[in-house]
Amino acid sequence: METQLVLEKWPGVISAVSIGALKDEGGSRSSVVKIGGQTTMPLLFKDGNIPHKPKIAFEIWDIAPLDFDEELTSAYGKAINDPFTWAEICVKDYKAELLCLKMQGTHPDFGDKTPQEAAKFVSTLLNRFKTPLIIIGSGDDAKDNLIMPACSEAAKGERCLIGCAVQENYKTLVASALADGHNIIAESPIDINIAKQLNILISDMGFNLERIVVNPTIGALGYGLEYAYSIMERARLAALSGDKTLASPFICFVGQEAWRTKEAKANPQQGIMWETLTAASLIQSGADLLVMRHPKAVEKVKNHIETLFKK
Amino acid sequence: MFIIGELINGMYSNIAFALKEHDKKIVQACALEQISNGADALDLSCGPASKNPLVDLPWLVETVQEVTDKPLCLDSSKPKVIEEGLKAARNKTIINSTTADIEKLEILIPLAKKYKSKLIGITISAQGIPQNKDQRLELAAIILTHASESGFSIQDLFLDPIVMPVNVAQGQIKDILDAIHEFKMITNPSPKTIIGLSNVSQGAKSRSLINRTFLTMAVASGLDSAILDPNDKELIDILITAELILNKNIYCDSYLEAYRKK
Repeated sequence: METQLVLEKWPGVISAVSIGALKDEGGSRSSVVKIGGQTTMPLLFKDGNIPHKPKIAFEIWDIAPLDFDEELTSAYGKAINDPFTWAEICVKDYKAELLCLKMQGTHPDFGDKTPQEAAKFVSTLLNRFKTPLIIIGSGDDAKDNLIMPACSEAAKGERCLIGCAVQENYKTLVASALADGHNIIAESPIDINIAKQLNILISDMGFNLERIVVNPTIGALGYGLEYAYSIMERARLAALSGDKTLASPFICFVGQEAWRTKEAKANPQQGIMWETLTAASLIQSGADLLVMRHPKAVEKVKNHIETLFKK
Repeated sequence: MFIIGELINGMYSNIAFALKEHDKKIVQACALEQISNGADALDLSCGPASKNPLVDLPWLVETVQEVTDKPLCLDSSKPKVIEEGLKAARNKTIINSTTADIEKLEILIPLAKKYKSKLIGITISAQGIPQNKDQRLELAAIILTHASESGFSIQDLFLDPIVMPVNVAQGQIKDILDAIHEFKMITNPSPKTIIGLSNVSQGAKSRSLINRTFLTMAVASGLDSAILDPNDKELIDILITAELILNKNIYCDSYLEAYRKK
């Protein structure tokens, strides 16, 4: 007798988030990237609807990278020293669907750019490339509170994804995203209780829960990836059972974590594989958006996604 | 927890007045307030004040569904009154209720099937109120068997162990809690369980405290649904907290607010 598969039907749905606004939506992007909207656990196509594949964003910075592994910098060549050329390679050569701009140069220790300089950089990037954009601060809370409102305003109407809001520092970013029509990243330190609490705090400011993307914080392969997996799985199960405060798509900063490991730095091929396998594992955990660094790893993961989604 | 608001009932003076004067606003305001406080469905009962429940229950149904699409729990001991309510309903419905008497089951189960309604079965019969857990289980088995043989989905059936006032039948309360737990084990898939909460404190002095404590214990026994006063905010807070402790919802510092955002 043929084994009958047990199919699970869930009452909940993950929020569908659109990144990028076209001209007729008040923006100037050439496309819109959509994530989320699923009614089932990852890749269980028969149990429910999975309207959007996981998407990949290329990570770029507003300055030349500081601590990138040689293999990473050599993948882009000397171009990486100029942020706009770096972005151009991602968009033109590697057909990036989405760029994730990290404003590292605004950090007090790495250039300390002013809000005006940061805003000008964002404007120029948006003018030169019509790809939808994620913008994240340097991680220095005090400085981010100065530069992120300026960056947000410079991108007003482009429906970017901006971040990262954290439990101790979210109000300024939420106010900017509200005023300028962006989506927001809510970051919690591998902690489902804080992830849920932060989503509530953000929504209490009048921000629509359905425009939040959660950064659950991940560890790379071999560095606590399984903790991220279990948090993501638990949040997804709760969301699909009807908990709207946890029904956000996930963004995972794969490149940043994978290339920190000594294994990735040990030899060039291993670094690419480490980033690829970290991404592939996170897709199984429910990642909707992967921020990646190495073009070859991106290519492998893209192919992997196509294979997974082949009907 | 599936919360059924109990306040649209002709035994309350405002609803009795609304029924007499056919004042829709009173009933609709009562419906909306209960929903905003967390009711997932609304119990509709004409109560003893109604001279003509065959007209009054459909009127309540029509009045309430003008302002909400939440399920309606049609509360009457008379099958004919329930059928008039079912005819008027566009919203989903729950029949409240059948007893374990064959003559009632033979009318109400086909009625529930015909109108695609859920059904509450109270473990009581013409012989009287059960005196212990085993009698409740026997009556539950009769209802379940009958439903199952009639092709009625067990998941659409709510079993009510019939809650007795603590000042009348103190010795039975633990049996009632045990019955809630054991109802779930009679069949697979299991029926849902339900109680009319306020009965437990009928005639007692500290009604609110007794209701809250009993609800917590019933939730811990596996209760799925209750007919209660959703406007009692502390009662609902306690319910949310009990479910949190049972790991039914994920904790966060604002878990009460999180539950209400659901």
